[in-house]
Amino acid sequence: MTEQIEAQGKRSGVNLVGLTKMDYKGNPSTLCQGCGHNSISSQIIAACFELNVHPEEVVKFSGIGCSSKSAYYFLNRSFGFNGLHGRMPSLATGALFADYTLKGLGVSGDGDTASIGLGQFKHLLRRNMKLVYIIENNGVYGLTKGQFSATADQGLELKSHGVNPYMPVDIAWEALIGHATFVARSFAGDPKQVKELIKAALNHNGVAVLDIISPCVTFNNIDQATQSYVWGKDHETALHELSFVPRAEEILVEYNENEVKEVQLHDGSTILLKKLGRDYDPTDRSAAITILEESNACQCLITGLIYINPNQPSMVDMYNLTEKPLNRLTEVELRPKRETLLELNNTF
Amino acid sequence: MQTQSEEARKSEKRSQIINDFSITIATVNGSGSQTSNATILRSIFKMGIPVSGKNIFPSNIQGLPTWYTVRVNKEGFVAREDESDILIEMNSATFNEDLAKLKPGGVLFCDEQIHLPFERSEIFYYPMPIKEIVRQVEAPPNLRDYLANMVYVGILAQLIGIEFEKIHQALEFHFKGKSKPVNINFEVVLRAAEWVKQHLEKKDPFYLEPMEMTKGLILTDGNTAAALGAIYGGVQFASWYPITPATSLAENLQNYLPKLRKDVDTEKNTFAVIQAEDELSAIGMAIGAGWGGLRAMTSTSGPGLSLMSEYIGLGYFAEVPVVIWDVQRIGPSTGLPTRTAQGDLTFIAFLGHGDTQHIILLPGNINEVFEFGWKAFDIAEQIQTPVIILSDLDLGMNQWMGKPFEYPDSPMKRGKVLWEKDLEQLDGKWARYLDVDGDGITYRTVIGNRHPQAAYFTRGTGHDEYSRYSEDPQNWHDLLERLRKKFVTAKPLLPKPVIERMVMSEIGIISIGSTNPAIQESRHKLAQQGIKSDFMRIRAYPFVGEEKEFIESHEINYVVEMNRDGQLNQLLRIEYPELANRLRSFAYSDGLPLTAKRLFDFIQQDKE
Repeated sequence: MTEQIEAQGKRSGVNLVGLTKMDYKGNPSTLCQGCGHNSISSQIIAACFELNVHPEEVVKFSGIGCSSKSAYYFLNRSFGFNGLHGRMPSLATGALFADYTLKGLGVSGDGDTASIGLGQFKHLLRRNMKLVYIIENNGVYGLTKGQFSATADQGLELKSHGVNPYMPVDIAWEALIGHATFVARSFAGDPKQVKELIKAALNHNGVAVLDIISPCVTFNNIDQATQSYVWGKDHETALHELSFVPRAEEILVEYNENEVKEVQLHDGSTILLKKLGRDYDPTDRSAAITILEESNACQCLITGLIYINPNQPSMVDMYNLTEKPLNRLTEVELRPKRETLLELNNTF
Repeated sequence: MQTQSEEARKSEKRSQIINDFSITIATVNGSGSQTSNATILRSIFKMGIPVSGKNIFPSNIQGLPTWYTVRVNKEGFVAREDESDILIEMNSATFNEDLAKLKPGGVLFCDEQIHLPFERSEIFYYPMPIKEIVRQVEAPPNLRDYLANMVYVGILAQLIGIEFEKIHQALEFHFKGKSKPVNINFEVVLRAAEWVKQHLEKKDPFYLEPMEMTKGLILTDGNTAAALGAIYGGVQFASWYPITPATSLAENLQNYLPKLRKDVDTEKNTFAVIQAEDELSAIGMAIGAGWGGLRAMTSTSGPGLSLMSEYIGLGYFAEVPVVIWDVQRIGPSTGLPTRTAQGDLTFIAFLGHGDTQHIILLPGNINEVFEFGWKAFDIAEQIQTPVIILSDLDLGMNQWMGKPFEYPDSPMKRGKVLWEKDLEQLDGKWARYLDVDGDGITYRTVIGNRHPQAAYFTRGTGHDEYSRYSEDPQNWHDLLERLRKKFVTAKPLLPKPVIERMVMSEIGIISIGSTNPAIQESRHKLAQQGIKSDFMRIRAYPFVGEEKEFIESHEINYVVEMNRDGQLNQLLRIEYPELANRLRSFAYSDGLPLTAKRLFDFIQQDKE
């Protein structure tokens, strides 16, 4: 019953699994024109298309808010569940146990993750559930019309709510100290970087946090706000230029060796990081902490792959599950034999 | 001479009270009395005598008073009694209040270190030199406090006649056959018994004699039964958060699943149990897993359900199968975590904001706990909705006699799930919320289905038959009506009430759950007074229909439940407003299991 999305324009370009980009589209967005979230949706589509992932192999999750609505606007052929405010991590955790072969993709916002969702977010991290967790971070509540979120800058002034007196929650920082095994920050206005990070995240065997600054064109696009387009464009400093190389592809390294850092992921695919003037090693957790602190101090938006640990087992790995996905097991495998109950009765 | 002595023996026998008394054991929490009390209970059970044990304990790890009551009854009436015939007193702090609840002519066994005066000349008093007896046993000093409690087991056993062989068996059961602790505990028991032989003369009338009444029965607690029921129901995913009195249900899953549910060839698990960070997360995971096609469950108690209500509402509206155990404790609020009640009934029936309604199963003994444990998954998956099972602390944590658990008598019913081959046959044409069969139950697919038409977008927002967001008024109305229809479809799948009738009965008694033993005993006593009763124990909500006829057949139906507001009575009045004048509420709640006397007194006075 998957809804057919009207093809707009020509069906061109087929990927390795025989699908066109149209096969990855979602329903038309009902978010505001120019919303950063729409740009991220497009990059999710592009990333999955380029990775040659069947949409049926991806499961979408979201919470509540503008960002969470966006899960309906991409990957129409993927199952999706729009859950409760801040409680998508638990929903995704339970669901992904049903079939460990699937790729989980969660979309949340700053209101969803940094307020009610902070607890579930942190616990998702410590369990290292294999899930891409995108936070479309705009510092403001959109659907309820423009209240401050917990990531809003201190001192930010919004039209109908005055000045924000509180310190912000820094999501990348929370992810890092919460033992996330993949932490990235990006800016919706930098689609190439967003796409490469999503591709790398989808191949990471663990939780992958992408804190993407995604300006709200309606309620928080004041030039001096951290989550605005103007501020983002002016202050973005990429740690590195990155590209993701799937395992199947032949790796053609075009950079000089000493300029390129290669991070191999669990499944054999790699992330190539091209240095941009600074010698940054994203597998070094203390370096990651330092760079985030520097970023706060210098009031700049450091983007890129901040931290990765590809070697930690994911949550599902810890449960010694059957090779056949749990949700395909049948009665023979699920109901113990009659004799076992007779034995048990004898023990009472 | 001989004749005379026989007559004397006969007369002595007449004054003996055999297999019909209650024992209260008063101890300090954390002193290790659980082992001793469980030993007394199980050894009496192994003697073939009907027995029950209730732990009345504080919400505390160490130091506060705790009581254990054992009811021995040759006719099988094993509800708790308020007063006891035998008091074993190990706690000076509660000496006076405990003594006040000792029946006239009762027996007091008292740790001799409790030097408290009392004026009860009619009772039988046996001091117990606990320290002295423990000192005789070679044991590590850190175990002495625990072993002290075994002393009263030995003294009681010698005086009322618990068979020592059965005590040994009970210890073996308790310590799972580990000989070291069995031997050291048994040695204390024997030494205590030996001390009795040398120093005490039996004067009290209480005796145990072996029977055959428990032959073939089992003795266990409801939380164990629930976990096993779930396992034989094929549970694949359980997420939970610790809360008294539900904790041991999940712990039993963790204990039994690895033994029963590993793939035989690969040793891989066919299940996952996750201790979540809180109840909000526990239910979120369970809903996610149920949506993903797993037999998913969680177990909690009242406060946990308050936290879970939002996700359960989503489960109802998005039509996700999941099983939720509510091992009730007394509320409102934090209430008394270690005391029992049936106070969550109306809360659960309509849990969640907006128009919601939930299927509730109401087991009344450990066999039903086991049976509903597996059946709940069949119902949840067939009706595609959360199914909530209401147990309670008494049923969940105390030891109950029961028949051996019966293997499920029907194959698993997984409901309307479409896989790849089904969608191929349908040419991909289906809609998640389209009522094809007219029974309100629609078809679903689950994740991992690779058919390109398999996917849909699940939401808690208004949706049409294709699960697209919809604000259309007609659409909303129709959807809610269809959800209501599901509950009509569900009725034939739900357990029917258990109805027991007496000849020439004049009143009806209606109840749910763990009040059953007290009600059976009251009915017996009322019948002896000439008040005969029929009894209906309701086992599911929504009501399946037979309830109406039962109510109609009596002018007065007493609705018996352990809460303040008469919640079962409320639900019956909503369902059958025209019968409201036939319903009379007996709702009483003080945190303790119902006693037969309380109900007997109420009905007898009401009848006068």
